[in-house]
Amino acid sequence: MTAREQASQLKARFGDLISEPVEFCGDVTVRLADAERVVEVCDFAKKELGFNFLVDISSLDNYGEDPRWTVVYHLRGLETGCELRLKTDVSEEKSELPTVTGVWRTADWHEREIYDMMGIRFRGHPDLRRILMWEGYPYFPLRKDFPLAGKSSEVPEVAFTRPAPLAGGPFVTVAGGKDAIEREPRVRNPED
Amino acid sequence: MQTWSEIGYDSKIEGDVIVTRVDAALNWFRKNSLWPMPMGLACCAIELMAVGASRFDISRFGSEVMRFSPRQSDVMIVAGTVTYKMASVVKRIYDQMAEPKWVIAMGACASTGGMYRSYAVLQGVDRILPVDIYVAGCPPRPEAVLDALMKLQNKVQHEPLLATLKKTAA
Repeated sequence: MTAREQASQLKARFGDLISEPVEFCGDVTVRLADAERVVEVCDFAKKELGFNFLVDISSLDNYGEDPRWTVVYHLRGLETGCELRLKTDVSEEKSELPTVTGVWRTADWHEREIYDMMGIRFRGHPDLRRILMWEGYPYFPLRKDFPLAGKSSEVPEVAFTRPAPLAGGPFVTVAGGKDAIEREPRVRNPED
Repeated sequence: MQTWSEIGYDSKIEGDVIVTRVDAALNWFRKNSLWPMPMGLACCAIELMAVGASRFDISRFGSEVMRFSPRQSDVMIVAGTVTYKMASVVKRIYDQMAEPKWVIAMGACASTGGMYRSYAVLQGVDRILPVDIYVAGCPPRPEAVLDALMKLQNKVQHEPLLATLKKTAA
């Protein structure tokens, strides 16, 4: 049973909720139309299709588009050896979707990280609090409108932050220069 | 005012007796028994372990034990990236160390924040602690850390010890 067949089984079970599976470079991706039903879909994937390992939950900030957030679930079947990617969109006004900790316990910390970095809440999560930054940190750092250098903040007795001196901007390399001197990391203007 | 002194000794003349100044002697004792408090936070800690291991033995220089207790150590070697979350802990451990104490900032991240110019990394541990020696490198070679220790020993030797003590006592 390949991942493609299992994705088709998922589509057969849920119909229009699941998009047509897309295969690219050996990865099968499937889109979920409604983020609210993610628990049903993940439960079916775990119990019927054997995706018993949640590899990762990740989130994207589509800054400027609506819906703003995309949450990506990477599933793997340890016995079947199949991998599946599940994507759902969440709008910014809502910024919330149900937790899948009931299906895989490991989703606990992945969802805490998404809450900490992006600000997307998970309904029903047993312990939704910041995991990398500290309680009381006022911003969500991995949003696209948050600067790389950071912003000043202060939580007395816990931690403080200050903007880092970037010295002209992030130092980036460009691929494909004729030698290392052209490629080296330096401040680059968006000429290309 | 002469603020440094050397121990000059010629065994044929003096025999087994050394004549020296008190602060030179005290500083010599201090510099040859600098016990590190390893604040090993990231990859530089691995190189710090290498410095403590047999090939680049740090105990040759008197740093016989890496005392993980701040009460029992003299020099804090901050080895690794200090995040803002960890900064208050590092400061608290430094405050718990007994005088006299020194700090070696090992590596790029401890000296200046290193390659991490970002929202989560403290841009140099000298923003919260007084650093005596900075070691460049990512990570620095173990020999570079030993060189830093030797420079610190030189600094300790030339400290006007009794004058400082008199000032604080007054």
